[in-house]
Amino acid sequence: MSLARIPRELLVLVVFLLSALGLCLQSALAADKAGDTASTVVSSSNPIEQALLDVKSEDAVVRGKAVALLIEKGDASLIPKLDEIRAEADRAVRQAIKPVIDLLKNHANLTSEQPDTRRSAAADLVGTGRPEAITWLEEAAAKEQVWWVKYTMEESARLIQLRSEDQGVRLVAAKKLGDLKSQNGLSALKEFVEAGAQSGATNEQRALADAAQVSIGQIDSWYWWASAIETMFRGVSLSSILLIMSLGLAVVFGLMGVINMAHGELMMIGAYATFVTQQAFIGWFSPDVFDWYFPVALPIAFLSAALFGWVLEATVIRFLYGRLLETLLATWGVSLILMQAARVYFGDLTAVIAPQALRGGAQVMVGVYLPYNRIFIIILSIICVLGIYFLLFRSNLGIRVRSVTQNRNMSACLGIPTRKVDSYTFAFASGLAGIAGWALTMVGNVDPGLGQNYIVDAFMVVVTGGVGKLAGAIWASLGIGGLNKLIEPVSGAVYGKVFILVGVILFLQWRPQGLYAAKGRNADA
Amino acid sequence: MDQKAPQDSPNVKEAVTPAEETGSSRREFLGQSGRVAAGVGVAALLGNLGHYALSYAAGGPPIKIGVLHSLSGTMAISEVSLRDVVLMAVEEINKAGGVMGRQIEAKVVDPASNWDLFAEKAKQLLLEDKVSVVFGCWTSVSRKSVLPVFEKNNGLLFYPVQYEGEECSRNVFYTGAAVNQQAAPAVEYLMSPEGGNYKKFYLLGTDYVYPRTTNKILRAMLLAKKVPASNIEEEYTPFHHQDYQTICGKIKKFAAGGGAAVVSTINGDSNVPFYKEFGNQGLRAEDAPIMAFSVAEDELRGMDTSALVGHLAAWNYYQSVDTPQNKKFVANFKAYCKRNNLPDGENRVTDDPIEAAYFGVYVWKQAVEKAGSTEVDKVRKAVYGQKFLAPGGQIMMDEANQHTHKPVLIGEILKNGQFKTIWRSKGLVKPEPWSEYTNPEKGCDWINHQGTYQKK
Repeated sequence: MSLARIPRELLVLVVFLLSALGLCLQSALAADKAGDTASTVVSSSNPIEQALLDVKSEDAVVRGKAVALLIEKGDASLIPKLDEIRAEADRAVRQAIKPVIDLLKNHANLTSEQPDTRRSAAADLVGTGRPEAITWLEEAAAKEQVWWVKYTMEESARLIQLRSEDQGVRLVAAKKLGDLKSQNGLSALKEFVEAGAQSGATNEQRALADAAQVSIGQIDSWYWWASAIETMFRGVSLSSILLIMSLGLAVVFGLMGVINMAHGELMMIGAYATFVTQQAFIGWFSPDVFDWYFPVALPIAFLSAALFGWVLEATVIRFLYGRLLETLLATWGVSLILMQAARVYFGDLTAVIAPQALRGGAQVMVGVYLPYNRIFIIILSIICVLGIYFLLFRSNLGIRVRSVTQNRNMSACLGIPTRKVDSYTFAFASGLAGIAGWALTMVGNVDPGLGQNYIVDAFMVVVTGGVGKLAGAIWASLGIGGLNKLIEPVSGAVYGKVFILVGVILFLQWRPQGLYAAKGRNADA
Repeated sequence: MDQKAPQDSPNVKEAVTPAEETGSSRREFLGQSGRVAAGVGVAALLGNLGHYALSYAAGGPPIKIGVLHSLSGTMAISEVSLRDVVLMAVEEINKAGGVMGRQIEAKVVDPASNWDLFAEKAKQLLLEDKVSVVFGCWTSVSRKSVLPVFEKNNGLLFYPVQYEGEECSRNVFYTGAAVNQQAAPAVEYLMSPEGGNYKKFYLLGTDYVYPRTTNKILRAMLLAKKVPASNIEEEYTPFHHQDYQTICGKIKKFAAGGGAAVVSTINGDSNVPFYKEFGNQGLRAEDAPIMAFSVAEDELRGMDTSALVGHLAAWNYYQSVDTPQNKKFVANFKAYCKRNNLPDGENRVTDDPIEAAYFGVYVWKQAVEKAGSTEVDKVRKAVYGQKFLAPGGQIMMDEANQHTHKPVLIGEILKNGQFKTIWRSKGLVKPEPWSEYTNPEKGCDWINHQGTYQKK
């Protein structure tokens, strides 16, 4: 008996001593490891440390208090610790901690170096709905230089205020959102209007509904214009893609009388040249200069496609001049061979990574956001058109090309080397296809079917525009692209395409020669 | 299910039995094939003499199975991986002693992504080669095309791809997901507090049967869950659609004010331009996550993932699933591809259909052993209720409806083209070929009923 008692007393003593020691250690070192009971008994000197412990509590009330405290007093330095807690915690605790982490992270990100990060943080703070965020946002907005980021901060602050309890604050926020033309506020404002329209609505709700109605009107009319501008931009962007694809085709088809079904595959060659250049940069150069692969790929894409076109002309097409249908069949065969070759050689593992400068876009005004890659392609197509114009109409080579087009025999008599002109023209047009392929890697993927996806559209542009006319290709691509983007929002993508095809067919019934007919003696040739 | 990028297999091999393929380099393999073609059994003697001798001693002649996956044409990019994994499973089983002591002999045919050819090749496998079972098909249209052949000749097909449901054939075992095992739980997840409480859904797909049927079911489900019709948008694009400007603009407007998610059944080569445009128009995964049902690891191999990071997908398996059997499975698959000089060798990845094709072979093996016969009717009965520890975890064949009980996993796309599982269903989800939302009165049961029946 007595023997058994002594150890028990000893044990109690030891436990007592140990727990005392533990508590001392805990307050002294602000230890990060403690049970829930211990942390509620002893209040730690630092409230944040205490909250970090409480957050792990199983009691929802304690946890709630800790969360509130962390949001109020915490800063970004806590994030690693919270992440650590979150990794080990169970589901309930994880869900309690997530908003804290989000809030702290976004708060910290409001002062980030990157405008995009600042903007994202401001937009994400709306989701938390915490009133503390309003002051953060207002402070950040006061210091902000970039107008679009500043706009988002102000908008986010107002959006949070919409959920305020105070009628005055809500009224002001609703009005402000109208002034800001905030599309993000629309759904909340509409809820106010609905609430105000109900029979049992209070005066407060009605007043709010009226203010919201005014704001909705402001926002809607602004967005009508904004979407008109965006639609126009999309039309121009699609047109520029169509144009850049069909330029080479227009030259070959129009000037040389060759239906080049392999045109799409020449674009594919340009795209693969870009891919190969990218892989070379990944393999041989430091990542710092990686983005330079894209400009470097331009001449490579042009030259490889041009070289291929030159070989194609010399081996196949030169024997088929003047036999339109045979060029069609022969080049189609070539296109199948090229496609299969790309499949065998490259397989399906080909992705081109856009250079940093061409990712994302520019917010030009509220509601209008223009992607850089699209702007880039528009500019590129303008440059290409200008280049072709000067080459064809302002250079010696151009005069020869045009004279061969108009009258081959007479040109030959006058000493123009028609064979050479043919082969250079074809190579040049193929090079243009290569540039188109290079540009298309920015919007689509690089795969063996790339050419097939575009060739029909390119032919549509050339035929509609009138064979052999640069201006025809420009207007036709603007017309088809613009019309497509006008119809698509209403009809959907599938029927948009159908309408365009029907439209082109009807147009060609009415005007078989296309927009711009070739005039003169060779018109029927 | 769906089609993918229109590319051919970069390297399509001749049909060959796995016994001859084992551990041989290309040259040896060609040599062996030559000798086989010459009608001499030297290859068998050289390669697997021991196994053959054993198997003949133990159980008799090899069991023939058919592999019906496109090895050329537009679907080859997806289906070749399934052929590879089926042959790998066969090789594993043969090494471990075969089925009932008999070796398996795989007969590989190439329907070349041509739906009519699928039916023809299926007929050939069943009637001429007299195979006991066929593993094959990817697209719904190819499955529909072979269905009459299997039903008329009482064949057995293991179909490994998620699909739109509304089918209940006695001659098919569906080891992929039905809609209620992929699309429906994915949308339910998006609606849950954990998934982000999304209230508005933009259903976007390529214009053909799988997206249309799936979205029909999802729409009925959302309406049943009190999501107002104005909060559901449905849109389709043609195959190979490239210009997603307008659609991304619409999504942006739709998502303004928050609470919107995109549910994508876009497939194949349209995915890259879609995700690129989505990012370039300033939309982020935080504003409106894209939940995709046709983007798996095998497709991500060929994409620039920077535009996809943070978006979601729903499947029943990911390569990243952390189980010992999956680690082994992934390592084996990579080693198998390398050993056999398949394109990309070690860089190959596994994904959901690959896993489903793999465990299908084992389920069949277990069923044959249970039935003690390869006869279709006996094997079918034995498949019901069959359990198997698949790479992704335990799965179970349904007791009556030909489908598979599987877990549902929601994954987030990572930079390296893999998925991080962020949600997992509690236990296995029972397959419902007829959705409770669109066809509540119909059921599928081959034990108590004759296939599809009317619930009272």
